[in-house]
Amino acid sequence: MELVYAICVGFMSACGIFLMLRGHTFTLVIGLTLLSYAVNLFLFASGGLTIGAPAVLNSSENYADPLPQALVLTAIVIGFAMTAFAVILAMRGRADLGSDHVDGTEPFDPLSEEKS
Amino acid sequence: MYYFWVPFLPMFGILVPLLTNKLNRSACTLATALLPALALCLIFLDLPAVLAGESFSKSVEWIPQLGLSLSFRLDGLAALFSILILGIGLLVILYARYYLSEKDNMGHFYSYLIMFMTAMLGIVMSNNMLQLWFYWELTSISSFLLIGFWSHNSNARKGARMALTITGAGGLALLAGIILLGQVVGSYELDVVLNSGELVKQSPYYIAILSLFLIGAFTKSAQFPFHFWLPHAMAAPTPVSAYLHSATMVKAGIFLLARFYPVLAGTETWFVVVSLTGLCTLLLGAYTALFKHDLKGLLAYSTISHLGLIVLLLGLNTELAAIAAIFHIMNHAVFKASLFMAAGIIDHESGSRDMRKINGLWKYMPITATLAMVASASMAGVPLLNGFLSKEMFFAETLEQSILGAMSWLIPVLATIAGAFSVAYSLRFIHDVFFNGEPKGLPKTPHEPPRYMRVPVEILVAICLLVGIFPNYTIGPMLQSTSLAVLNYELPEYSLSIWHGFNLALLMSGLAIVGGAAIYLNRKHLFKFSGMFPDIDAKLVFERFIQTCVMYAQKINMKLETGSLQRYAFGLCLFALLLIAPPLFDLDTTRGSLAGTPINSAVVVAAILIVAGSLATIIWSHYRLIALLMLSLVGLVVSITFAYFSAPDLALTQLSVEIVTVILLLLSLYFFPQQTPTSKSRPSHFVRDFTVASFIGCIIGSICFALMTHPLDSISAYFLDNAKIGGGGTNVVNVILVDFRGFDTFGEITVLGIAALGIHKLIARMRLSMRTKDYAGRLWAKEKYPVLLLVVSQSLLPLFLLISAYIFMRGHNLPGGGFIAGLITSIALIQQYLAHGVDWMAKRVSISYHYMIATGLSIAGLTGLGSWFFERPFLTSWFDYVSLPWIGKFELASALVFDIGVYFTVIGATLLILASLGKLTTTERLTVGER
Repeated sequence: MELVYAICVGFMSACGIFLMLRGHTFTLVIGLTLLSYAVNLFLFASGGLTIGAPAVLNSSENYADPLPQALVLTAIVIGFAMTAFAVILAMRGRADLGSDHVDGTEPFDPLSEEKS
Repeated sequence: MYYFWVPFLPMFGILVPLLTNKLNRSACTLATALLPALALCLIFLDLPAVLAGESFSKSVEWIPQLGLSLSFRLDGLAALFSILILGIGLLVILYARYYLSEKDNMGHFYSYLIMFMTAMLGIVMSNNMLQLWFYWELTSISSFLLIGFWSHNSNARKGARMALTITGAGGLALLAGIILLGQVVGSYELDVVLNSGELVKQSPYYIAILSLFLIGAFTKSAQFPFHFWLPHAMAAPTPVSAYLHSATMVKAGIFLLARFYPVLAGTETWFVVVSLTGLCTLLLGAYTALFKHDLKGLLAYSTISHLGLIVLLLGLNTELAAIAAIFHIMNHAVFKASLFMAAGIIDHESGSRDMRKINGLWKYMPITATLAMVASASMAGVPLLNGFLSKEMFFAETLEQSILGAMSWLIPVLATIAGAFSVAYSLRFIHDVFFNGEPKGLPKTPHEPPRYMRVPVEILVAICLLVGIFPNYTIGPMLQSTSLAVLNYELPEYSLSIWHGFNLALLMSGLAIVGGAAIYLNRKHLFKFSGMFPDIDAKLVFERFIQTCVMYAQKINMKLETGSLQRYAFGLCLFALLLIAPPLFDLDTTRGSLAGTPINSAVVVAAILIVAGSLATIIWSHYRLIALLMLSLVGLVVSITFAYFSAPDLALTQLSVEIVTVILLLLSLYFFPQQTPTSKSRPSHFVRDFTVASFIGCIIGSICFALMTHPLDSISAYFLDNAKIGGGGTNVVNVILVDFRGFDTFGEITVLGIAALGIHKLIARMRLSMRTKDYAGRLWAKEKYPVLLLVVSQSLLPLFLLISAYIFMRGHNLPGGGFIAGLITSIALIQQYLAHGVDWMAKRVSISYHYMIATGLSIAGLTGLGSWFFERPFLTSWFDYVSLPWIGKFELASALVFDIGVYFTVIGATLLILASLGKLTTTERLTVGER
């Protein structure tokens, strides 16, 4: 099971990073979100995988590690704030610069937007 | 002991001139002089003990981990320099009162001057090397400000910049040297360092330390080949030249050599490098000074030459040479400051400093002329003046050394030649300025200066005479205690008398005077000879060098900063790859010793969904809506994964965040192009990105696997054990959030609030073009709000709120809590926005989300502060069980109040983000429709 889990985390990270390296803001935001899923899963896994034993006292014999869970919980919420900020920044960039390219080479060309 | 307060008095004094600037000039001058005068008195109070051979030090710890402390010492060397700095400083303050014109901002000038005084006192009195360095840099900065005081003058600006660059760079070298020395010795306190000479000299870093210290000292004290900044610093007002660039700041480098003499001196390297540098500077300065037509230029090169002389003395391998060096520091400060002041008077009262124009001033200002002549005679080394005594000692010591082995005889010969040139330029200063015919084309008729402008010069010249005639009574005790401080052990025998009988040193003095006169008589030929060399302007060379540096820096910057986020992200990923990969190679196997959990079909299905979802997101990334749907699929599976692996809190959070994120991205999609153009990325980029992404994916996967299969020592047992007894809750995750790591959570909700406010500001002035058609050219639907959603959402709202209240209340003991409850409430409200529109909501919900964030943060913060009233650390939680009739026994906990803060912040932030975005659509759509 650990192997499958690790493969999934690795695969999601790779996809996230690949999308992050694209030249458009929206793709970048999607990549960022995907990567943050992977990172959250990764952090979560540092406490080991436990089934059926949530860290609620008196509910079972042994408990899942609560510390990574607490850290990941706040990470999820902060991740949302970050994604939101990136999206709005991208929108503002498009509003002010007229382009959603982030590769630094694309010239300003409002017509290409309409064609696509 | 009063000395500890000495560096602080001028520090407060920096403000005095600024405050008294509005008063008349004399009042401002008096007020400015007050604190330095007080400081000087304090030094004199401590002086008897210092003269008796004592040395004091006192330190207050500041950052002990870095070896940094506030630490001052007073020994002979520090006392000598303090008296020079404060004494000459006071005279310069008086002098500047008359030198500065009405147009100059006297308050600023005095303020800079006192800042310099503070810095210089700090250097000489510091007992901590890092503190010393701090003051060292402050002298560079205040010198920059003072040289550039007449900032309308281009020469002043360039001179200031050059001085700052050279001395600042030297300062950085010194810092490196200090840190190395501190590492070798194990302490930055001078008390310790000065007694670790042997340890340092045997250390393998000795050469490095020495070189760095010498670079620092030589740049500051204008030693060859860094001497060129000093003549250009003469663009400063003359009081500054008299104070900084002859008496004190340029002596800082020499002070450094003297201060660290017990630690660094005594080796072959020290003797050869220091003495030869000094010798070169001595000769070069003395020779060049003769040919300068500018009065201050002559004095500047003469200063360089005398600094070289002192450095040469410190580099000679006899103890008496160090004593002679200290003696010459005092003498040079006195006669050179008076000469600069005299030059300033001449400039001020005749309007020119060019020695080809100012001649025959004896007739116009006989008193100033007499004073200047005595001072320059001292500079030349004429008997009965202080300059003679130290120069005689210098000549005597050049005879005693054996640095160059069989060629050591060269040093006294060269010293005599330099002495002859020094006599020649002193003669020129006297003859050319005060005699030699009549003034030619001066802007004004020269006359004596105001009475008090001459007082500082008179005092200094009187000192020259007193020390020159009665050395033992005036300067003897001071010299002895200073030498003791420099050498750090028993003093050798030496004598301060004027007459030592006929010896070689006297012969050298005589030869120098006769030779100097001969050189001056034949000056016409020499001027013609020196005129044949091209005149290289150090300023131009330096400026070109700086320009070239700037150009290359710009080129590199242009290459690095392309504005392409892709490239930055790529670089970042590559760097991360390089950092995280190597430790993995040290690990023997990826699979650790822990037994894995058996696999089952549910997990396989989830894995397939995640992989397929991620892949689909990439494949359809051009169709943005589809990519978003695929992404949300992955997010959903992730939250199920959390639920499956015993993390119900995470699952709930992930699920609600997922909903909010997707709504946000859907909203934003409206403003972006619906599709990403396909043909944009080049194949090479594709391969490059694919490779890096795969590598990082593989590494993250491997680390993740290794992490899960290797046994781990976790601190979680502590939380499990103490959640109930310490935090009063059974849901350990929630107790960690609101109690154990409450401060983290507080920081995180603050970040959330700041992000929301930032987003609000970004949206506030956004102007986006709206579409009226979708990607296929169809018009948007006319019905604004679907009826079904409208009806259902309204009836769902109370249910939603009830659930969120339930989730919130049980959070401390069962999965739930402020974060999740906040998100659920947000979703309920967002749903209302979606169903009814912003306008409808605006009429019914009048809460400002800004205030909600502020309220939430305040509640959380105040709960934390509350524990201070019970004398506990910030955010210590409290809980107790209360029983009420009807309800029964229940728990009251301060953590619950903190959680309310979290709850409100989350709602406020989420809604501020989404509502701001939503409002944008409505107002914009209206304006587009009208068009």
